[in-house]
Amino acid sequence: MSPRVGVVTFPGSLDDRDAQRAIRLAGAEPVALWHGTTDLSKVDAVVLPGGFSYGDYLRAGAIARFSPIMTSIIDAANDGMPVFGICNGFQVLCESHLLPGALTRNDHLHFICRDQKLRIENTTSAFTSGFAANQEIVIPLKNGEGSYIADERTLDELEATGRIIARYIDGNPNGSRRDIAGITNEAGNVVGLMPHPEHAVEAGFGPSLDGLTFFTSVLSRLVNA
Amino acid sequence: MARVVVDVMLKSEILDPQGKAVERAADRLGYSTIASVRQGKRFELQVDGPVDEAALASIHELAESLLANTVIEDFTVRVEDN
Repeated sequence: MSPRVGVVTFPGSLDDRDAQRAIRLAGAEPVALWHGTTDLSKVDAVVLPGGFSYGDYLRAGAIARFSPIMTSIIDAANDGMPVFGICNGFQVLCESHLLPGALTRNDHLHFICRDQKLRIENTTSAFTSGFAANQEIVIPLKNGEGSYIADERTLDELEATGRIIARYIDGNPNGSRRDIAGITNEAGNVVGLMPHPEHAVEAGFGPSLDGLTFFTSVLSRLVNA
Repeated sequence: MARVVVDVMLKSEILDPQGKAVERAADRLGYSTIASVRQGKRFELQVDGPVDEAALASIHELAESLLANTVIEDFTVRVEDN
């Protein structure tokens, strides 16, 4: 039986269907999860998709973080379940304190939508184990609040422990500290990424197929578990 | 009914691009003495019952967990006279 990977739909989620499609193309079974319940439907991993949960009211991700499903996801993540937050999902993970730091408005104030080059710097996390060290990839980036911020001590610690999973290359699109595009927690099971791998998983759509590796990475971890 | 105001501001070391944009617009409009602008949020809470120490402690907790993200923001809590 193929692993079950949940995708949470919050009010205002946009990329939940694309995330489900990416999971399917990677060979796992996508399971739709609803924000208003605490039921994780026995999934083996969870994706928090992009979008504008609760209209980005208060702060991006701030209200989603207190939704019923997040209570279950925070507990499961602390028990080691792989959790992948993309864009708004990354914001939710920071608001939940599952990942350190915060995402703030792009330094130039513009919403950005473009294909973005990244360098994968961590090949041990649940969602990046399928990449080669320092592999360069191109996936779409689209956000208005993607500037990653943390204090210097946290940034030093992230670098020293190899927890920066991806950095922007060929230009920092939003003022993120140290060009950070994505990070992981200490255990490597919780990963947040600002650009969108789920939009680069199928030939003919998107700039590459590079995004698929994030989903096949977690699949191989679940199959080998 | 008592009113408690929670003001939330980005920490001084965090870049505030919205404040900067307002600052530039003010300058364009000729308000040349405005040296800088920081933009924040104000929450007005109507409180049932007395605003005693316990009530303020609970509002403080709400501000810390929900109204502000203390990684990037500071907040103040004050009781407003009716």
